[in-house]
Amino acid sequence: MTHAVADHPVLDPTVAPPFPVAALPVLRNPQLRKNVAHAMDVIQAKRARLVEEKADWQALRSAGAAIRDHVLENLGAYLEQFEERCTAAGGVVHWAADAAGARRIVLEILRAEKAAEVIKIKSMTTAEIQLNPYLEAAGVGVFETDLAEIILQLGREEPSHIVVPALHVNRSQVREIFARSMGIRDLSDNPQALTAAARNYLRRKFLTVPTAISGANFLIAESGGVAVVESEGNGRMCLTLPRTMITVAGIEKVLPRYQDLEVMLQVLARSATGERMNPYTSLWTGVTPGDGPQRFHVILLDNGRSQILGRKTERQTLRCIRCAACMNACPVYRQTGGHAYGSVYPGPIGAILTPQLMQMHHAQSLPYASSLCGACYEVCPVKINIPEVLIELRAQVTDQERRQVRRFFDPMYLGMRMAGLLLSRAWLFHAAQRMGRLGLRFFTGKDGWIHSLPGMGAQWTQTRDLRGMPGETFHEWWTKHKKEAR
Amino acid sequence: MRASLFITCYNDTLFPETGRAVVTLLERLGVGLEFRPQQTCCGQMHANTGFRTEAFSQARRFVRMYQDAETVVIPSSSCVAMIRDQYPGLFEELGDETLRRQLAALVLRVHELSEFLIDVLGVEDVGAYFPHRVTYHASCHGLRSLHLADRPARLLAKVRGIDLVPLPNLDRCCGFGGTFSVKNGEVSSAMLAVKLQDVASTCAEFCTALDNSCLMHLGGAMHRQYAGMRTIHMAEILASTESAPAEALK
Repeated sequence: MTHAVADHPVLDPTVAPPFPVAALPVLRNPQLRKNVAHAMDVIQAKRARLVEEKADWQALRSAGAAIRDHVLENLGAYLEQFEERCTAAGGVVHWAADAAGARRIVLEILRAEKAAEVIKIKSMTTAEIQLNPYLEAAGVGVFETDLAEIILQLGREEPSHIVVPALHVNRSQVREIFARSMGIRDLSDNPQALTAAARNYLRRKFLTVPTAISGANFLIAESGGVAVVESEGNGRMCLTLPRTMITVAGIEKVLPRYQDLEVMLQVLARSATGERMNPYTSLWTGVTPGDGPQRFHVILLDNGRSQILGRKTERQTLRCIRCAACMNACPVYRQTGGHAYGSVYPGPIGAILTPQLMQMHHAQSLPYASSLCGACYEVCPVKINIPEVLIELRAQVTDQERRQVRRFFDPMYLGMRMAGLLLSRAWLFHAAQRMGRLGLRFFTGKDGWIHSLPGMGAQWTQTRDLRGMPGETFHEWWTKHKKEAR
Repeated sequence: MRASLFITCYNDTLFPETGRAVVTLLERLGVGLEFRPQQTCCGQMHANTGFRTEAFSQARRFVRMYQDAETVVIPSSSCVAMIRDQYPGLFEELGDETLRRQLAALVLRVHELSEFLIDVLGVEDVGAYFPHRVTYHASCHGLRSLHLADRPARLLAKVRGIDLVPLPNLDRCCGFGGTFSVKNGEVSSAMLAVKLQDVASTCAEFCTALDNSCLMHLGGAMHRQYAGMRTIHMAEILASTESAPAEALK
């Protein structure tokens, strides 16, 4: 039996619907919610086991945060060092101020290479700049090589997680996608058969496409090297077979020393996939004659990052090493999955990163897509206090919007301003309590509970009752109680 | 021992029985309680929704009102978390050095109820009697901001007659989140539904917590669904005795 296909998710904050609306298709899909919750449980249990065995886990987190903070404080110097060393090793370093600039540089390199096709290592940064549709529109054939990314690309699906992007696609859907797009009849949904099909498909690409594009987990300033971690070995293939390699990396990805990988790789693998060490860690530096790509380009992407760098509370966002532990732990993500966030970066980190990359345009609902429970902060391997940044962004959104005329009579803004006034004087607060008691009596049922409220209150009473307001407040009782005691 | 009770705005308005229970409990333990009727709110709702100007003024009001208090007891972990985690940043942004210093001196004397009982009074057995099946919900602020750890469990374990059942997935949010519950009503309800399944699996009569905000959320859904269980603030369980049972039992 096939389900009706929900509206295709939009992962572009400039046009995506607000979070509460975008969440509805998943909330109404019990199978999908079960799949997401199950996947999160599996990853979280693995992570918890491996974190527990590290007696120095909290010290590792602190070290991770300290390394990343040190980089952010000295970012300019480390980037210049990276450029110098990478160039000396035979690489070509490009700087891109924004997504459009980075896309243009990639295309220019491909044109110079006369490349009609590229293979890709899984990369969030190239997803951020929407590189694939741009290259396809320019007539370049783009082939993802990570298994989950192949599923998404061939199935025309959108990623819903940054580490396991196809977790919302189940096995029978994968079978259907592969059978259709690879033209295989009688393909079973046995995982081995499915991976064999993918391997077959990939082999041809690896052997025929001489140009590759990657992201970077880390850039090493002292050596000018690039590090990519992965689980499947497809990245290693992309790094060894092609003639030309193009790496697109956010400017914040740099680490001072090779030795810093000691801390970062320990926290990354445990946090991301619940492994002591990820299966493949590839490091490459410039060009080595006779071995691997002979032309190597790195595109250093700003795209809003240097603005984040200048802000005191928000700067910690750039510590992120894209492990996804925050979304795995998030009770909101658990219910909504990734598409609701309207961005390639979902979950708690997406809720703070996306609006900032968009200069706070088009992402007003994301800072509010959290109950501020703090589970994300607790698991973050580089100690990003996500709730603190969420609250900061909420204050910025509110400061912007409350000045707008159309917001003046908005129930939320009106109510919050009123509440602010009432809570500023005890006599006003007490008068409001008495008024409220009178007003709510109208909505209170015979059982003493409120079952239905108008306006904003309806958002509460759609699924919850509210106990009617008691006949006496605490301070009224206290005054009486103390008089009686005397 | 003298303590000043900050009851919080929503307990004052919606859950006065919690305040009465705190008074009963602490007076029974020999604490001289005072209450300042001019108090209103800690500013958490405004701060967490982004209304910083309003939050500033409530935070300032709180610090000025209690700076001379010997000890402040608050039966709400999220309000204590607001004071500890957010006031310093608010005052720094306001650039008010006097307020910042006053807060630094005051904040050490501000305690959540279970902290006050265990850390300040040094009691675990408060002499309570509550012969019912109870499960404890750890509110996110109590768990991750105040690090209450096993304090609530230690207090509940000493209650005579209680049948304490552990709640599965104790560290998972109930989905309240203040204005999140109305701004993202559907997602909040989805989180609530999952939490209620966990609560129901304990077959408890009462779900208790140290935050009436979570309990208002859980209790509202229990009432809507005729779930056959209720919520009760932990202060009411701890105040309950054989001769004077909790108001919820009447």
